[in-house]
Amino acid sequence: MAVVFQKTRMLTDKPFHYCPGCTHGIIHRLAAEAMEELGIGDTAIGVAPVGCAVFAYDYFNCDMMEAAHGRAPAVATGIKRAHPDRAVFTYQGDGDLASIGTAEIVHAATRGERITVLFVNNAIYGMTGGQMAPTTLPGQVTTTSPYGRDVNHCGYPVRVSEMLSTLNGPAYIERVSVHDVPHIRKAKAAIKKAFQLQMEGKGFTLVEILSSCPTNWGKTPKEALDWVVSDMMPNYPLGVYKDITAEGGAK
Amino acid sequence: MKKLLKGNEAIAEAAIQAGCRFFFGYPITPQNQIPEYMSKRMPQVGGCFLQAESEVAAINMVYGAAGSGARVMTSSSSPGISLKQEGISYIVGAELPCVIVNMVRGGPGLGGIQPAQSDYYQATRGGGHGDYRMCVLAPSSVQEAVDLTQDAFDIADRYRNPVMILGDGLIGQMMEPVDMDRASNRAPAADLPEKTWAAVGHVPTAERPRAIINSLYIDPTVLEKHCLKLEEKYKAIAAAECRWQAEMTQDAEIVVVAYGTTSRVVRSAMRKCREKGVRVGMIRPITLWPFPSAALRETLATARAYLCVEMSTGQMVDDVRLAINGERPVSFYGRTGGMVPTVNDVVDEILKLARQQSFGAQVDDAVRVVGERLDALGKKIDAKLNDPEVVQKAERLKKQAADAANAAADGLAKGATLLAQGLNKAAQAIKSEFDRDDNAKGGEE
Repeated sequence: MAVVFQKTRMLTDKPFHYCPGCTHGIIHRLAAEAMEELGIGDTAIGVAPVGCAVFAYDYFNCDMMEAAHGRAPAVATGIKRAHPDRAVFTYQGDGDLASIGTAEIVHAATRGERITVLFVNNAIYGMTGGQMAPTTLPGQVTTTSPYGRDVNHCGYPVRVSEMLSTLNGPAYIERVSVHDVPHIRKAKAAIKKAFQLQMEGKGFTLVEILSSCPTNWGKTPKEALDWVVSDMMPNYPLGVYKDITAEGGAK
Repeated sequence: MKKLLKGNEAIAEAAIQAGCRFFFGYPITPQNQIPEYMSKRMPQVGGCFLQAESEVAAINMVYGAAGSGARVMTSSSSPGISLKQEGISYIVGAELPCVIVNMVRGGPGLGGIQPAQSDYYQATRGGGHGDYRMCVLAPSSVQEAVDLTQDAFDIADRYRNPVMILGDGLIGQMMEPVDMDRASNRAPAADLPEKTWAAVGHVPTAERPRAIINSLYIDPTVLEKHCLKLEEKYKAIAAAECRWQAEMTQDAEIVVVAYGTTSRVVRSAMRKCREKGVRVGMIRPITLWPFPSAALRETLATARAYLCVEMSTGQMVDDVRLAINGERPVSFYGRTGGMVPTVNDVVDEILKLARQQSFGAQVDDAVRVVGERLDALGKKIDAKLNDPEVVQKAERLKKQAADAANAAADGLAKGATLLAQGLNKAAQAIKSEFDRDDNAKGGEE
């Protein structure tokens, strides 16, 4: 009998610890499949963040390192410089990448480090219980913005893809979403392209993936996915922000 | 052939000659010649120098390169080393080997840029969060900085633990003749195991499963096991890697303890004091952790007092006191904030101690003389008591006392009998008197 689908061997058999309705599982699978399909997974070296994906080293079936909070791009730099022929990736949330790790991501990007960053943006600190993130939307209620994020008091959300695309180092930056099947397919294509360009030595690559957090948003999984579309997307428009291989270079 | 080299550059070249091919750092005085030299040399040897965006990033790049099996180094000075502490703690937790150079400058805060030894606590107590140790090597010359830097890579690889070179700013800044031929192309120590644990991006096999470089142990029972395993490692380091230099301690009544540049000042001071007839010696710790406590305790045989000299307000002196454990007085002399003690300062301190010790010796002599006299007196009393005449007299007195006591006892016994007889008679007389009265009353009724 012909096999029409099987789970990627780039994921271990360990069950995910993620909450029901969370899209981390989907994003893990997309990254794993992309690496397997490109034939770079077996010798890839991944870097796990501090955040909900802190146990990513248990799931990705390749050599993995656990980084300190926000430092994954620096760790990945050390790895890639030692092993330039390996696929090196970081998997980071928005608190990790856009708050405590801002310096590391900006400088890895501007150096054009040949790494792939999978940036999962769910507008909240998930693992620690739903505190305000740098990406939390104006007015959004979290455990540390109980009256809604007041931009006069704590400023505005950080738009990572837009910000990093102003630099010369990145080869490819795209923001995607995984709230429905067509978008999941697009997200996978983006991740695959990012890895592809990394292996071609084109430069720094980052895919920002809008993700849901039903638990800390106080929504059902369906409501949460709807909120990604209704509230997150207007603040974080999807699209390719940098692609040096595209017609005319950067978008 | 010896070359005249600046400490920082000599350390950098020594690292390259020991096989270090990755360097990540950030500019800070007084260690800038290390990254500058590396930026020139690394491309020549096919290595990688990268100037990081911060000390924090630099140490995490070290984590990445070390975790993927490379010989890697970073360097900084005090404020920058504080920034690296998070990363150092992770490196220890994940059991990664690397070499970290700290060319210490005065603190706290931004402090100054002159040499200091005020990071001793930070270096020898781990420095970052968690329960850990790392080997700390303290060179006192440029040649020794070269030798220790090369050893540091072996020690780091042997135990999968970071090693720190703790130099005061002077070690990095001064120029001295160095034998670089000896340091050239130094092979890793023969006993080092292959880094099969490293995340090199390999297809997993049964013998070599996929690598996970990690310091997260969410289950406390597992984390405790991990910590105890690390503790065993620290014990092994303490047992095998402790280094020190003992100078003129054979007959030393005063033992000075100093490391790094300070030990050179002490050496000159010691010679001057020896010329004045003071029996002074020095223990120079080369490893600050593990601290050479046993070597220090060996000097207890002759030492009457200890003096610790540091470029701080007193940090290593705690380890000296722990080693001596109250058995001798331990005093301290230090300059801080970037000031270096002068030879004359240290001579004065040693002579002061020598005078105290000679006063102490006079007191000891006086106590001994009084003791001897008391002893003689006691012996005289003993002799008197053992004299036969005295013994006879005592026997006689004893017998007389016993006789008197016996006579008194007899007299008392006789008296008691007579008293009892008398009382008996009186009682009977009273009774017969009552009987008569009763009979008379009965007749009237």
